[in-house]
Amino acid sequence: MSKIFAFHGGIHPPENKKQSTRAPIRLAPVPEQLTIPIQQHIGAPAKPCVHVGEQVLKGQMIAEAQGRISVSIHASSSGTITDISPQSVPHPSGLEAPCISIKTDGQDQWIPHQGLADYRSLPPLELINYIRNHGIAGMGGAGFPTDVKLHLGDDHIVNTLIINAAECEPYITADDMLIRERAEQIVGGIEVINYLLNPTHILIGIEDNKAHAIRVLEDALRHTKLNIDIVVVPTKYPSGGEKQLVRLLTGVEVPSGRIPADVGIVCQNIGTVAAINQAVHHGTPLISRIVTVTGGAVGKPQNLEALIGTPINDLLETAQVNHNTLSRLVMGGPMMGFTIEDDAIPIIKTSNCIIAAVKEEMPPAPPSQACIRCGLCEQACPAELLPQQLFWFSKSREFEKAKHHNLFDCIECGACSYVCPSNIPLVQYYRFAKNEIRDEEAEQRKSDQARQRFEARQARLEQAVLDKEIRRKERAAQAAKTQAAKKASSETAAQTPEDNIKQLKTAAAITRTKLKKALSALEAAKADSSDNIAQLDLQYKQAEHAAEEAQKALELAESGIQAPATSVAPDIKQLKTQAAVARTKLKKAQQALKIAEDKGHDGADTLRATVAQLEEKSVAAQLVFANAETDAASSSSSNPLPALKESTDKALGTFKKAEAALETAIANSSPAAEKMKAGVEKLKAKYTEALAAQEAAETLSAPKATEAPAQSFEPQPTARTPADLKALKQNVSIMRTKLKKTETLLASAEADSEQAGELQQEIVRLTQLHKDAKAQLDAEEEGKIKAAAAQGIDLKKLKIDAALARAAVTKLERSIKKAQEAEPAELNALQTELLAAQQQATQFNNTLSQFE
Amino acid sequence: MSAVLIAILVLLSLAVVFGLVLGFAAVKFKVEGNPIVDQIDDLLPQTQCGQCGHPGCRPYAEAIANGEQINKCPPGGQSTIEALADLLDVEAVPLDAEHGEESIKTVAYIREDECIGCTKCIQACPVDAILGAAKQMHTVIVSECTGCDLCVEPCPVDCIDMLPIETTLNNWKWTPPVPGVELIATDTGRSVAHASSKEGASS
Ligand code: SF4
Ligand code: SF4
Ligand code: SF4
Ligand code: SF4
Repeated sequence: MSKIFAFHGGIHPPENKKQSTRAPIRLAPVPEQLTIPIQQHIGAPAKPCVHVGEQVLKGQMIAEAQGRISVSIHASSSGTITDISPQSVPHPSGLEAPCISIKTDGQDQWIPHQGLADYRSLPPLELINYIRNHGIAGMGGAGFPTDVKLHLGDDHIVNTLIINAAECEPYITADDMLIRERAEQIVGGIEVINYLLNPTHILIGIEDNKAHAIRVLEDALRHTKLNIDIVVVPTKYPSGGEKQLVRLLTGVEVPSGRIPADVGIVCQNIGTVAAINQAVHHGTPLISRIVTVTGGAVGKPQNLEALIGTPINDLLETAQVNHNTLSRLVMGGPMMGFTIEDDAIPIIKTSNCIIAAVKEEMPPAPPSQACIRCGLCEQACPAELLPQQLFWFSKSREFEKAKHHNLFDCIECGACSYVCPSNIPLVQYYRFAKNEIRDEEAEQRKSDQARQRFEARQARLEQAVLDKEIRRKERAAQAAKTQAAKKASSETAAQTPEDNIKQLKTAAAITRTKLKKALSALEAAKADSSDNIAQLDLQYKQAEHAAEEAQKALELAESGIQAPATSVAPDIKQLKTQAAVARTKLKKAQQALKIAEDKGHDGADTLRATVAQLEEKSVAAQLVFANAETDAASSSSSNPLPALKESTDKALGTFKKAEAALETAIANSSPAAEKMKAGVEKLKAKYTEALAAQEAAETLSAPKATEAPAQSFEPQPTARTPADLKALKQNVSIMRTKLKKTETLLASAEADSEQAGELQQEIVRLTQLHKDAKAQLDAEEEGKIKAAAAQGIDLKKLKIDAALARAAVTKLERSIKKAQEAEPAELNALQTELLAAQQQATQFNNTLSQFE
Repeated sequence: MSAVLIAILVLLSLAVVFGLVLGFAAVKFKVEGNPIVDQIDDLLPQTQCGQCGHPGCRPYAEAIANGEQINKCPPGGQSTIEALADLLDVEAVPLDAEHGEESIKTVAYIREDECIGCTKCIQACPVDAILGAAKQMHTVIVSECTGCDLCVEPCPVDCIDMLPIETTLNNWKWTPPVPGVELIATDTGRSVAHASSKEGASS
């Protein structure tokens, strides 16, 4: 005999067990309708594997275990599946849960089944799986899947197996009767568990109020080779609590928040042990259990072996319930059970008792009163908690504090409520508090997850924007590179125009010879009236075209040499148009965006992106244009004064640098871009100023030289071709407008690809025309310049001088204005200077107009 | 005189030493970010619904840290306000109705055969709880849905419903016991007698 230890607290409620032990266990009749919940255990609900209308046999699996913690469900009798839908289930909430309904056929026909001949030949894992597939879950109260507990040997050292036969709750005698009548099943079951867990010793804990059962059990244990100790413990509620029984039998206290396996102990309910025996030795899954039907309102209190899914109603009828005196139906024991309202709910694997109580047995709870701090609850608590403190914290919703007072160690035994003189429903408060805490924790977990997901999403979106930016930059860099390459190539072309021309000349000569050949061939063919005339004709025409083109190219190149300045002009113009086009596009997009934004349209974001892109493009185009312009301007200042030139260069350098910075800023879409732009603008102004000063100095240094010939101009030579020139100019401008129009059309039609193709062609044609007209005009102008040069005047130089004079005038005007404010003494001198400059400018202008 | 000098020197050297220690500690144990914002953010429900007028819970946490009112989060409700008040040691104020009322928890549900697969709801969902692809049926991952409502508005065919979360056996909760009389039994009669005697005295 083992030593018996003691646990703190406990109570001695009236037992009320005698009533139901008088009669032997009786088989409850098979009901017409079985309602089998798919979740009768802790863990994941089983997954139905039958469909409505299907015929099932007794013992057939109707729902399959899914997940780690789950067990299968089997049909309790043969019949037809009529429904798989939510029904009322035994639960304090009275809520509905999915159930499988079977209409029984009364045959109670078994599916072929058979126990294991020798379970010891099976590897433990397989045997455990076998038990899981036979639907065995803890039958004591919670319904924890038994197979999981049998796996405990995998990661715990199990040295003690405790079989819980204490059955401490009043009224319940199911385990008592099971031992009395079926002790050999229990021994068989223990042997199976022993094989799986291989503990060093096995204890059966049983309360001393079950003398008969103890005797039977002792008899049965003589037939086994195992060393099993029966430990008779004093009757005290709640000695059947897992942790309390462990304490009673071994003296070990299971730490807070841990399971007995952590201290090397596994507990099994005695009903579960019998069920394991049935499954292993007979192949019968868990489809029935012993239920105590008792209470003042039943005529024949007794234990019934009922099929899982039998409505409580049927059992009550079998036990001859008196509906008149019945005041309260309780499922489970009076201490830990719950009241049920609906007597159609089924028996499940964990239902050990039904109490049909009369009013005197279970009177309605008297109103609760204030806690008087008597401390009785603390003395009764088997978990050694401070129930009154827990009560205060739960009531005032100070859950954090309740948790710190180990609320979660409360086994909800109800001992404290039982002893409380103020009738406080303490357990209800604890259940409420536990729920709230669990809920809060779940919510916290969920919100943490939501935060993570939110942040991950945010990061992803940011990354996407960044990636886009990087790609855009790469593209921009690529474009810049190609542009630079183009520029370089055009420069080299400009550097060696002579070579170019030579090449072109040879090409033209070759084509000319080809043309001649083709012509002679054609003529010969014509003379022979050969039939390949058409072909030859075509060849000839092609050759002619090629020759023409070669000639044209040659001419163009030649004129380019003669007038390199003019070759810059169209470039700038083109750039200007490009900038203008970019600007219009931008404006349009901006408008669209505004409309979209006003309407709160969804596309606004994409539009915004487009606008941003266009903005950048436009700015870039503008910059390129400005650059080209300044380049052109600086290149035209032919006769620089060293000092001024230096300052101009410097200004240009800073300007360029600033520009580059601005560009990168824009590329990074930095908010400072606007400011930087303004700065660049300023620098540009400075640069132009410096340039102007330089030019003014230039003009001043050599005014007489240009003045003298300018006065002696004669208008005759240029008068020769004024009409001609004008017409040509008009022609060019017409072409340009046409070209521009088509280009804008193209821009707007870009989405419509078909039209775009056509327009593109049109543009190519117009560009050609424009170029031709331009070439003609240039040639004409060339002539003019030559004419002017014949008179000893460089027209170009004159033009520049005029511009410089104008600049000088403006500059002087400005300094006068300044002087007016600051130095009136200098005013006079400046004014004279201004007058002279103005005169000069007018003179230049006059001369110039004579030639244009 | 020398005593005074020694005292000054000692104090000075102490000041230097502690200054160095503090300076070192300030660098070594520098706290990244704003810890109070993190704490506030922990208390917010992370529904990310934007009802507070901020684009998510963290921005609101930052705003609170900068002195904004704590009563603008309807999903958090009164309990969050109280937790925030506790953390920030300010007065708990009732929920600002302007930002919405505390409502029951919901979860989005897409009527799947009506979905046209436009992906708008995916773009709206702050926690990526919607699954789908262009021109394919979309569905809500219920366990990830925070019930923020943001996907309902963009749906062009109005096929998203916000359904209240159903009570099942798994999320059913015990209700708190109805408070009883809460008087000591013998007090019941006495208090009535006391009251009536008082009445008698006054009349
Ligand atoms: S219900 Fe909880 S607090 Fe009350 S006696 Fe039982 S274990 Fe202790
Ligand atoms: S038994 Fe009841 S009255 Fe006494 S201390 Fe506990 S809760 Fe308070
Ligand atoms: S209202 Fe609350 S839940 Fe919604 S975004 Fe703001 S802080 Fe987050
Ligand atoms: S917004 Fe509506 S229609 Fe579009 S994908 Fe989502 S559910 Fe489907």
